[in-house]
Amino acid sequence: MSAGLVRGRNVRYAVAWRYVLLIAVALVFVFPVVFMLVSSLKPDLQLLRDTGSLRAFLPVGDISLDNYAAAFRRAPIGRFVYNSLLVTGLTVVFGLFLNSLAGFAFAKLRWRGRSVVLAVVIATLIVPFETIAVPLLMMVNTLPWLGPDGLTIGWLNSYRVQIVPFIADALSIFLFVQFFKDLPDEIIEAARIDGATWWQVYLRVIVPLSGPVFATAAILKFLAMYNMYLWPLMVAQGERYRPVMVGLQYFFQLNVAWGEVMAYLSLITVPVLVFYLLLQRAFVESIAASGVKG
Amino acid sequence: MQRIPVKPVPALVREAAVGPGPGRRGEEVAGAVMAAPAALLLLAFLITPFLLAFVMSFTNQRLVSPNPTSYVGTRNFVQLLTVRPFVMTPLTDPETGATLRDDAGAPVYPVLRDITRRNPDYPQYDGLRELNSWQFGERRLYLLASDVVFMRAFGNTLLFVLVVAPTQATLALLLALMINQRLRGVNVFRTIYFMPVVISIVVVSLLWRFIYSPSGLLNSMLTGLTFGAFTPIDWLGNPNTALGAIMAMSIWQAVGFHMVIWLSGLQTIPGVLYEAASVEGASTLQKFQHVTWPGLRNTAVLILVVITMQAFALFAQIDVMTRGGPRDATQSIVFQAVQRGFERQDIAGGSAISVVLFLLVLSVSLLQRYLTRERAR
Repeated sequence: MSAGLVRGRNVRYAVAWRYVLLIAVALVFVFPVVFMLVSSLKPDLQLLRDTGSLRAFLPVGDISLDNYAAAFRRAPIGRFVYNSLLVTGLTVVFGLFLNSLAGFAFAKLRWRGRSVVLAVVIATLIVPFETIAVPLLMMVNTLPWLGPDGLTIGWLNSYRVQIVPFIADALSIFLFVQFFKDLPDEIIEAARIDGATWWQVYLRVIVPLSGPVFATAAILKFLAMYNMYLWPLMVAQGERYRPVMVGLQYFFQLNVAWGEVMAYLSLITVPVLVFYLLLQRAFVESIAASGVKG
Repeated sequence: MQRIPVKPVPALVREAAVGPGPGRRGEEVAGAVMAAPAALLLLAFLITPFLLAFVMSFTNQRLVSPNPTSYVGTRNFVQLLTVRPFVMTPLTDPETGATLRDDAGAPVYPVLRDITRRNPDYPQYDGLRELNSWQFGERRLYLLASDVVFMRAFGNTLLFVLVVAPTQATLALLLALMINQRLRGVNVFRTIYFMPVVISIVVVSLLWRFIYSPSGLLNSMLTGLTFGAFTPIDWLGNPNTALGAIMAMSIWQAVGFHMVIWLSGLQTIPGVLYEAASVEGASTLQKFQHVTWPGLRNTAVLILVVITMQAFALFAQIDVMTRGGPRDATQSIVFQAVQRGFERQDIAGGSAISVVLFLLVLSVSLLQRYLTRERAR
């Protein structure tokens, strides 16, 4: 009996140790974020002084939202946020539509050239965006556009240059194809017998059944677009079209006011973190799903 | 050998199934039309620039230039990739053939610049610069390169990949094993470990720039932990620590991503196997060795490839934290491609770098194909 007690105590110790380890590792992942949030509330002098102690992680001393006010005065943050949301939102919406439509055509319809086209699409997965950024820049610089001002040449400094090239992506198409393939053919044939067109099959049969894969594709695309840096840096030099990540440059002129930087970083990060925490299961599963690529 | 249809009617059934209208022909058209928008966008904005990169890399194209573009052959690649060893021997007395020595008795060497600047005796070294040098006895081995900065970028990127890929994969596996325990609340930790993945690498880089600064958090922590014995280091300003600091931060940011992929691999291993191993009296380590690891092999290949591809694309961290410095210690291939193609508007040079990068990534991907094919046998 006492042996059982000792065993029970050992198990409890073992469990306690596991939690200690889990928490210690968690601190490693959390500390920069806590530091960011806490620092955004402190005046620069105190912020710098506090890095010498644990006060760096505590909202103590002279706490205020002054940095946020100053950040808004320094840069057109509303504009940047609007740009980011517009670009990200439109790309996600158009992307979900066109990529799922293509996924449906690849997975469920038989047409000449299907397997060749699909193979080419999948092959593009191994082309990192970074390797095409420079020629793409040259290309968009010479593209025409028919807008309200008539025919213009060059896409630099616009929303379209940040949206159109990223609507179609091989990873999304791949995810949709994988998911649609597993849907039974019978439901499609049943709908066809009832006289549905292929478009109606897509809209009324496929889409309603495919919530999870739409969520996955939307999350992956949202993260990629919202966090995009290299491309907007190259094509959105004017303030008017800059997204939040490139807007950061406003805070690194002459004297860096770290409090304002932290406020800005918090502003652009917290919404994503909240979004993540609310939907964390979907986020994590999206990444696991994208892991099948390669 | 002709295939005999199992049921002779499917064609008819199928005809009925597709319903009214043009039938098979309608399916042909609908399929092509539905796939077209996405396929054409990919063709226009991915495949075309990709092919353009190859074309441009053989020209002297600039973003805006008064001169017409012309074909220059492999000049861009030769300029990027030329590396030549050169063994330098001490100067000798032309009459006696004895090694010349200075007052202290050390051998006297020719000046490197005299060899690499229009020296008719050494046309192959013309215009090259020193990348590295080693002393062997009285001989000196030089590694000369025509583009020293690119070669440093190349070397740094390879080093980054070689360190980050295995380290990150291993740490991610350890985290996945920790999360895969049956403990209450363990999903909370999964959420926390994964969190940096959703934060922009730009934001992360800026935060860590602060953490790594001479009076930053890392130095204060180390000083505190060693009771003042630690001398603060300017992590990003010191050529010996800058790349390492960026590696550590990159691992911190992305390790949760690969933890999740490992986790989904772990969860495909049937629990029955563990129970069987327990019945046989296997230790934890033996279970890992004989049950877990064999079940994870394909995941392992996948993870290494994904990390490698991401690591080759190293850019934002460099751009935000060091811009290639100090003394080119953190130059990377993509950073160089952007520097040339965008900041210096030398599209041809940037494209040539992109092509080199693509060939590197392609070879990794082919290696993965090869490895997984072995397994499938």
